[in-house]
Amino acid sequence: MTIRARAFKYGDDINTDYIISGKYKFKSTDMEAMAVHAMEELDSHYYEKVKPSGGFLVAGKNFGMGSSREQAPLVLIHSNTKAVLAKSFARIFYRNAINTGLPVVECDTDLIDEGDELELDLTGGALRDVTKGIEIPFSPLPPVMAQLLADGGLVAHFKKHGGFAI
Amino acid sequence: MSAGKTIAEKIFSAHAGVDARAGDIVIADVDFVMGQDGTSPLAIRALEEMGVSGVFDPARVALVIDHSAPSPLEGVSALHTMMREFGKSTGVHVYDVGCGVCHQLLPEMGHVVPGDLVVGCDSHTCTYGALNVFSTGVGSTDGAAAMASGKLWFKVPETIKVTYTGELAPGVFSKDLILYLAGMLGADGATYQALEFHGPVIDDLSVEARMTISNMAIELGAKAGLMRADAKTLAWYEGRGDRAPAPVEPDADAVYVREIRVDAGDVAPQVAKPHAVDNTSPVDDVVGTPIAEGFLGTCTNGRLEDLEIAARILKGRRVHPDVRFIVAPASRRILLDAIEAGYIQTLVEAGAAVVTPGCGPCVGTHNGVPSDGENVISTANRNFKGRMGNSNAFIYLASPATVAASVIEGTITDPRAYFEGGR
Repeated sequence: MTIRARAFKYGDDINTDYIISGKYKFKSTDMEAMAVHAMEELDSHYYEKVKPSGGFLVAGKNFGMGSSREQAPLVLIHSNTKAVLAKSFARIFYRNAINTGLPVVECDTDLIDEGDELELDLTGGALRDVTKGIEIPFSPLPPVMAQLLADGGLVAHFKKHGGFAI
Repeated sequence: MSAGKTIAEKIFSAHAGVDARAGDIVIADVDFVMGQDGTSPLAIRALEEMGVSGVFDPARVALVIDHSAPSPLEGVSALHTMMREFGKSTGVHVYDVGCGVCHQLLPEMGHVVPGDLVVGCDSHTCTYGALNVFSTGVGSTDGAAAMASGKLWFKVPETIKVTYTGELAPGVFSKDLILYLAGMLGADGATYQALEFHGPVIDDLSVEARMTISNMAIELGAKAGLMRADAKTLAWYEGRGDRAPAPVEPDADAVYVREIRVDAGDVAPQVAKPHAVDNTSPVDDVVGTPIAEGFLGTCTNGRLEDLEIAARILKGRRVHPDVRFIVAPASRRILLDAIEAGYIQTLVEAGAAVVTPGCGPCVGTHNGVPSDGENVISTANRNFKGRMGNSNAFIYLASPATVAASVIEGTITDPRAYFEGGR
């Protein structure tokens, strides 16, 4: 499946407090309502920019550093973020993204500018910057994670197999 | 002959029943699973979605109400109720309002012992590495999978060996050692890797002071911050819980991805400046910065020894009139011990506001949200923008001694003046 959307670009070391502040995450499990605050510390207009037609969140190194809050990938999903593209990811965020079904792509994001139109084919392993007319190579997910994402996340994997089947 | 193993490789080998080496993907048995009130509700929901009604072993699962406790809002109250009801229906441990911070409670209650493999739905689960436990933070769905099955998949990490040599100067503490390392390696300096801490300086530290170091391994991106279990560790476990420690030593020929030596004598009191934990400098660089709030507590530095250090400095002195000084002991046990030792009396007489054992101020849920433009000096582990509940405030991280000295002066202060042989 190919996803096409615009790039919304941010910097290095974006922590989970910036993705969703602690002051919201303890209040509720309603992710649709919480998503309005996604990325608020860095860009108070993130939700209104991305929600209508979707977008790729493009960042530098160490995206998702900090806390283990799964609300971070969940509010991105609920704000219509199609995938996160970064030079590298923090470990817990990376797992949480796959477990909740948010695609994460490790690639050279210096090649991408704010507003570029991107096309991502996860299964085919292709990322294309349509605006610049270039292919951006990326490393495939580790097989375990590819399987979890293909099953629709960890909950779906458990339902399907009755436990770990990896 | 295959090469020797790190602590991480040995614990994963024992829990996965295979010869686990760095880079291997394993499915391993976990000894204990924890969730707190910011993460448990999503884990409970994930278990429901999985169609699972119980957990693998209720004695091996704990839910801790600490991040927003007592509840400041009705929405939070509903989530707490959800956790209590889950506890009643499954029989898992529930530590309710006032019991304390999860990362103090799990070791204190003897739920995690040397040699264990533990996951917790909180990034500072790495704290128990100081007790020779491979413990790591996971999200709520991973936590739910572990609660349901008693297993989780892991990538066995490479290990960086950190050796602290020399001697700590008076007024310099374990918090300064880990802040110094954070500044040296950066916030992603150990991503996907484990840290192993060694050397005479670690050996000399109390178990509590060691926990401060392992607690902050995640601030360097590490999956775990491991130490050996020595006689002090084993003595610390006497009378706690009913599981026998099974200490794990690294092999002499273990393979490390990198080895770092730090001379503790070179380390001055450290401060992490806004808004990043790796934005550190010696306290000298920020001395005189005005502060409006001081916070002593958290899973990093809310233990008895930390309260003792602060009480020693504040004995017979007063908190500056322009400063609010908030103290949150890390657990009820610590609060009781600190009352008995007279530390609480000393701190309250000096002007401290003592709040319920828990996390509140550190995560910005309640009990000390700073105002716009204010500077806070805190013993916590994170100073991200907005962390304490206000994006327009500025958080400096430091040791309990630096925080205590600073709340007296009303400005960031070098604590060494308060220690004989300091300066």
